Amino acid sequence: MTLIDLANPTKFLSLTARVLPWLAGATAILLLVGFYQAAMAPDDYQQGATVKIMFVHVPNAWLAMFVWGVMSLAALGTLVWRHPLADVAAKAAAPIGAAFTFLALVTGSLWGRPMWGTYWEWDARLTSVLILFLMYLGLMALWRAVDDPSRAARAAAVLTLVGAINLPIIKFSVDWWNTLHQPAAVLRMGGPSLDKAFLIPLLVMAVGFSLLFVTLHLAAMRNEILRRRVRSLQMMQASQQAA
Amino acid sequence: MTSLGPYASFVVTSYALVAAIVLILIGWVALDYRRQKERLRELEASGVTRRSGRQATDIR
Repeated sequence: MTLIDLANPTKFLSLTARVLPWLAGATAILLLVGFYQAAMAPDDYQQGATVKIMFVHVPNAWLAMFVWGVMSLAALGTLVWRHPLADVAAKAAAPIGAAFTFLALVTGSLWGRPMWGTYWEWDARLTSVLILFLMYLGLMALWRAVDDPSRAARAAAVLTLVGAINLPIIKFSVDWWNTLHQPAAVLRMGGPSLDKAFLIPLLVMAVGFSLLFVTLHLAAMRNEILRRRVRSLQMMQASQQAA
Repeated sequence: MTSLGPYASFVVTSYALVAAIVLILIGWVALDYRRQKERLRELEASGVTRRSGRQATDIR
């Protein structure tokens, strides 16, 4: 099966029916291993047991940005290549990305209270991630506000590409501004600065959450294709009744 | 497993919240799938068919 074949919704549905059980199984196994490793990881010499929040906070924060990146590629697919599944992919990803962003914000806040002495600070990293969360909500509202999926897709694609400007701002906010948030410890020049005792569980959790996203995204895309099938059949029914 | 110490409530709340949101996402996707399949079944039962002639609920 080639990439061109996947432009056919029926072939895409057939593929998802075959791969979803395997993806769900691999996700469950990886997340279980990740949670076990996180539970067994030692305390940090400065942060104590609160370092365990990192194993859920960081993967969610990465995915918050990654999902917007996926939506930006899908937006290009809608505007430039007019791929039939591009806007389906973008629309299906938005609620999942919003959930990851919400979790990154709340777990970060719960980690910040014991370490920084505050749940929230209007610093560059925290504020730019909050803006990302609001953009996800705005995009979801836009999809709901416009009835015609193809019109909504073009407007959403433009908004998504404009919003992508926020991604490098989030990533480099800790370097460009003096923030309370710590600088990057894994994705940095010179390699990760984390000890293996923390790095390995973190990477396992990151892969597990990434697989969770792929699984949920494919399932949500399948649902969106079926929703559009329902819509077209309802329109056919209405025109038959009118004739 | 080490003791979670004085900040146990922050760690436990974080993990519980992540588990809850992930379960809500899985539930939302599963329920939405069932709802769409049900609507397609109802439309087919009322005599509306796809232009291709294939069953609307057929995804294989």
